Amino acid sequence: MIIQHPLLGPRDMQEFVYLGDASLLARPDAMAAFANEGGAQDAFYQYLYLRNDPAGLHRELWFHEQGDRSWLVVTRDTVTHEILSVEMARDVALALRAEGRA
Amino acid sequence: MRYSGLRVIWEGLTGHKGWGPAWRDAEPQPAYDYLIVGGGGHGLATAYYLAKEFRQARIGVLEKGWIGGGNVGRNTTIIRSNYLLPGNAPFYEFAMKLWEGLEQDFNYNAMVSQRGVLNLCHTDAQRDAYTRRGNGMRLNGVDAELLDQAGVRAMYPWLNFDTARFPIKGGLLQRRGGTVRHDAVAWGYARGASARGVDIIQNCEVTGFRIEGGRVLGVETSRGYIGAGKVGVAVAGSSSRVMATAGIRLPIEAHVLQAFVSEGLKPMIDGVITYGAGHFYVSQSDKGGLVFGGDIDGYNSYAQRGGLPVVEDVAEGGMSLMPNIGRVRMLRMWGGIMDMSMDGSPIIDRTEVDGLYFNGGWCYGGFKATPASGWCFAHLLATGAPHATATAYRFDRFRNGLMIDEKGMGAQPNLH
Repeated sequence: MIIQHPLLGPRDMQEFVYLGDASLLARPDAMAAFANEGGAQDAFYQYLYLRNDPAGLHRELWFHEQGDRSWLVVTRDTVTHEILSVEMARDVALALRAEGRA
Repeated sequence: MRYSGLRVIWEGLTGHKGWGPAWRDAEPQPAYDYLIVGGGGHGLATAYYLAKEFRQARIGVLEKGWIGGGNVGRNTTIIRSNYLLPGNAPFYEFAMKLWEGLEQDFNYNAMVSQRGVLNLCHTDAQRDAYTRRGNGMRLNGVDAELLDQAGVRAMYPWLNFDTARFPIKGGLLQRRGGTVRHDAVAWGYARGASARGVDIIQNCEVTGFRIEGGRVLGVETSRGYIGAGKVGVAVAGSSSRVMATAGIRLPIEAHVLQAFVSEGLKPMIDGVITYGAGHFYVSQSDKGGLVFGGDIDGYNSYAQRGGLPVVEDVAEGGMSLMPNIGRVRMLRMWGGIMDMSMDGSPIIDRTEVDGLYFNGGWCYGGFKATPASGWCFAHLLATGAPHATATAYRFDRFRNGLMIDEKGMGAQPNLH
């Protein structure tokens, strides 16, 4: 697979380390979770262990370890391995924070 | 029809005209007491033990393609029970004991061959870890033998001992481990189950579950609705997809694992060897081909094919362990989809939906577990309680911090 790095252009996937579902960017707020039913424990259980694991489009985190050490959010089809879009994870995380979701 | 040596001779003399199909290709009935989703090794074993050991009932097995066409036909056929942790060791040893009597039990030649599984170590620290593992195994009643370098050299003198970047220091040997003809496992269980009245329904894909008031009533399939008292899902590789139709999220990611077979060679490896300094393991099939594999590709995938970086990595591991395969040609390579769970261990448990049970998360070690997985799942379906050897394989172990993490990798499925 070739990943179109937003800053560096096409890079081989071997330069990257894979982490997993991009929902990991949206870490639950431990303090807010205390107010919810089930508490922080349930929110973190779901965050840490449960996955949607779709057959199809999947947004996922890749780390450019052998390159500029940036984190990317890659949208990829898990059935065909086709990559549809690549964003800087920082931009995605900042957008989430602006929406109050992370 | 019962298979025997006499029968083979008789059929040989009479032109092989007396062999019938090994199992009945059934049409779906309107309802079953027990419905198993997934006609692979685990699903068929579940149906077999359910019919044989636990309950005479109406049992159906639903398979979206043909039986044995999934991971039971795509693995590298190795069986072993060299596990360390208390949650795992008794279960895999139960599987090993069932393998040892399997062919007599279901009257089918599965070519169970206890040819020995040797895990090589390459550093002092690794030898210490294998000593500990071996002791753990023996405490659980499993056979284990620690070999020094001379012991390994006596078994496989042609391994790369002298010029290797990671010299072989010794190995942990389980002599009762070995290989089994994988397709025959599916066929043998199918035959045994069918003979006990189980309906094996092929080309019948489950597309959803009918759930009312928190209780499962049946399944929607590509061949219509089928009612069921209890539904057991054993579809490792597609677990997330199938369970999502019941509204259940799993602690599982789907990943692709590749395997390889070389051209046929003269006998050279009579057991199973795993390389400790990289991810490479190899055995030799009865046809002479080297059967080998390595690590998963490492990213979520439902494509039954992997990428070239892992092919290169596996070939490098093979060359550094046994340079004499340098000119051997690769014959075939393929990929299978693994249920990679969050701690590297499986799940055999009830779900939050009444009457819906789940068996999956086998990572890349499901084949060796097949008989015990089937037995324990049948036990759970029939009695409602987990089998004594599978009490740790629960969903709530993640919530309660009771992970069974053999590799100590944490909630990172692609590293298990």
